[in-house]
Amino acid sequence: MSGTGTGHGTNGSAYAESRETTEGRVYHVSGGDWDDVLADTEHDERMVINMGPQHPSTHGVLRLVLELEGETVTQLRSVIGYLHTGIEKNLEYRTWTQGVTFVTRMDYLAPLSNEMGYCLAVEKLLGIDVPRRAELIRVLLLEINRIGSHLVYIATGGMELGATTAMTIGFREREEVLHLLEFLTGLRMNHAFIRPGGIAQDLPTDAHEKISEFVQVMDKRLPLYDQLFTGQPIWRNRLKGVGRLPVDACLALGVTGPILRSAGLPWDLRKVEPYSRYDEFSFDVPTSTEGDCWARYLCRVEEMHQSLRIIRQVLEKLEPGPVMVADRKIAWPAQLSISSDGMGNSLAHVRKIMGQSMESLIHHFKLVTEGFTVPAGEVYVPVESPRGELGFHVVSDGGTKPMRVHVRDPSFVNLQSMPAMAEGGLVADVIAAVASIDPVMGGVDR
Amino acid sequence: MGLEEKLPNGILLASLEGLVNWARKNSLWPATFGLACCAIEMMTVGGSRYDIARFGMERFSATPRQADLLIVAGRVTQKMGPVLRQIYDQMAEPKWVLAMGVCASSGGMFNNYAVVQGVDHIVPVDMYLPGCPPRPEMLLDAILKLHAKIQDEPMGPRRAALKAGQRTELIPSSIKYAKK
Amino acid sequence: MPEEKPATGGEYSSAERAEQGLEPRGSRPAKPVVAGRAREGMFGVSGSGDTSGYGGLRLPAHTAPPAERPYGGWFDEFADQFFAALAENEVPVEAVQQVTVDRNEITLYLDRAHLVQACRILRDDPGLRFELCSSVSGVDYGEDVPQRLHSVYHLTSMTYRRRIRLEVTMDVDDPHCPSIVEVYPTADWQEREAYDMFGIVYDGHPALTRILMPDDWDGYPQRKDYPLGGIPVEYKGAEIPPPDQRRSYS
Repeated sequence: MSGTGTGHGTNGSAYAESRETTEGRVYHVSGGDWDDVLADTEHDERMVINMGPQHPSTHGVLRLVLELEGETVTQLRSVIGYLHTGIEKNLEYRTWTQGVTFVTRMDYLAPLSNEMGYCLAVEKLLGIDVPRRAELIRVLLLEINRIGSHLVYIATGGMELGATTAMTIGFREREEVLHLLEFLTGLRMNHAFIRPGGIAQDLPTDAHEKISEFVQVMDKRLPLYDQLFTGQPIWRNRLKGVGRLPVDACLALGVTGPILRSAGLPWDLRKVEPYSRYDEFSFDVPTSTEGDCWARYLCRVEEMHQSLRIIRQVLEKLEPGPVMVADRKIAWPAQLSISSDGMGNSLAHVRKIMGQSMESLIHHFKLVTEGFTVPAGEVYVPVESPRGELGFHVVSDGGTKPMRVHVRDPSFVNLQSMPAMAEGGLVADVIAAVASIDPVMGGVDR
Repeated sequence: MGLEEKLPNGILLASLEGLVNWARKNSLWPATFGLACCAIEMMTVGGSRYDIARFGMERFSATPRQADLLIVAGRVTQKMGPVLRQIYDQMAEPKWVLAMGVCASSGGMFNNYAVVQGVDHIVPVDMYLPGCPPRPEMLLDAILKLHAKIQDEPMGPRRAALKAGQRTELIPSSIKYAKK
Repeated sequence: MPEEKPATGGEYSSAERAEQGLEPRGSRPAKPVVAGRAREGMFGVSGSGDTSGYGGLRLPAHTAPPAERPYGGWFDEFADQFFAALAENEVPVEAVQQVTVDRNEITLYLDRAHLVQACRILRDDPGLRFELCSSVSGVDYGEDVPQRLHSVYHLTSMTYRRRIRLEVTMDVDDPHCPSIVEVYPTADWQEREAYDMFGIVYDGHPALTRILMPDDWDGYPQRKDYPLGGIPVEYKGAEIPPPDQRRSYS
């Protein structure tokens, strides 16, 4: 960079001074209002600490700037954007079905929830109904995903607070979940399985046994978490009374999910605005009134049990049927199967489109290259992800690509509440508060 | 060799280069640089099923000063680039970089304004591991290949010239320990 | 009494005339407030030797159509309540430029001068009670579209289990919109994101800075005239251009 800096930003302007040089624009950053902050250093114990984006306990690439007075946090600022991938803009250059693969990587701990919200929004724009079997399988996958996501909450939350055993047993149980998901969908994470119109392919033939086995194993293992954590005095002392957020603060800050439910409001979109046949299942919504990290922990553990309950009910209700919408102009054409070189179009399907039916070939070609068109309009569809209300605002201009997709990610909105939870508390409680929000930075930054 | 037959029991002779490389590769401490979805798979590798402790790597070092291997797991964005470079610079020699996942190797599916198209624009990479996300077994395979690469590291320019082209063969244990 | 009687079959004639005072009168916009982006041609070609005929494809711009009373469902009750509350608080009826009902969702296009007051009414009025602001985002409808930037607000009423959408339109030359942070504090980061991505300046926001992009980034990435920014990829001998420069099949 050429030139030396003269002048400071201390004339009160809020934005950094910039000047053009031969190498482009150079900003002179003088720290904004840090002069006021640092002028306060007659208190010897006032420090400004940066818990940078690379930190073992900040739950991903979250940067926290703490102003500490001794051990007490007087001010907490958070900086996000270290994982901003431009997914929303990317979606405008992909067809509606390809959008699923992008959307799935936002909240990467609950990828099926992302896919679900997106597909529900596209289906609402299309005005189609998904077959019943597809809806039930979607519920099944979402609940399995919810268990996996809450296990990561316990695992990483425990590790951040210092309980490394939480990490190992949380991920041990998560292996069961991922193994099952791999068996059902083909991938451990980022499945791209729920597609507009239904799901990518039907469950394998022995899915029922595998899922029942899974439910039995989890029935035995989930109570271990109660024994290991709920009764443990250290865990309780670290979480009780920490990060309290009452229900009016939750509503003002737009916080939803387990945090809102732990504060006292039983707001669960699966009960309030049921989608995909959730009204046919009986399950409870755990709530508490304490509104602290302990209540959120109990809430999430209980939600895992309720998810198991829903999975059992799905197994009873599942009946054979189509898993994709019948409209051939929308339904994903390929009958996928796994052969020696991986997953691809089944040989029967290839034989049909190449040898038997011209119409099938045309449909396959048009749907895969161009994609289906979605009538113009805009919708907002929220689903209940493990973190809260995951909303999709989808605008279509009648084409084969979305015009705008905005994702209202629960972690993004919930993370705003962190200063409210942590300021005035101790440094160690900041970690507990962040862990209890359970943010996923992929969803925060998108 | 002839000398070893004449020595008493319990003495092993090896080249210094071999011993140093063996020590380095068998306790590579990874630096936690988990960014996105690949970070979750990296954490499962640290878990009990795909145990990374068998290779001496269970101690994920949060501070780069004590880390040997920087596993860049996940998409590196424009905002994160300087942070990555700073962490890499803070690591002490010898250090290696493993780009885990397609996003770290080449930008992955995100060919856009926000993602750095490959972490090798920022740090020199020793091992690229594709996958979205790569299975834990794939990560272990990449680490083992990196171990082989470390084992071949020459001690100086003269050794490098002598050893030119020689590589440790990586034989899968299923073949190495198969019943003859 | 209506000032002008629309001709039978004319543009604004309707079998059901609304009650006086509850429906925006006289200031009905001549055409819909929302403008859309027209699409032309397939394969991204025009005026070339392309004989397929797809190059001449002209698809009309979609604009959200204004809705006629009765809207159906609970929308009428809500609209009555809302306009009554507006009248009580002396907010002019012109503040609501258009009402659209589509796919079982209601969208109100508001004039930005009265946005904050309308939000306060929506939140506090006992018959409306929209406690939760679910989402604040921006939409860019494309270059050469008048009033192309929209700031979209989704409000949720937990008491009445309802959701509505508010939209404020603005031009790219004057991308200002009042901030609703004082009514819904949750809009803080969400408005910062809309500013970062679209350049919509929210007046009255406590700290409007970039949130997702680095602080010294130039440009507003999610506007339609901002390129996707990818690089060409070489794969198996062929070079594939980035997604925004490829042939488009729609």
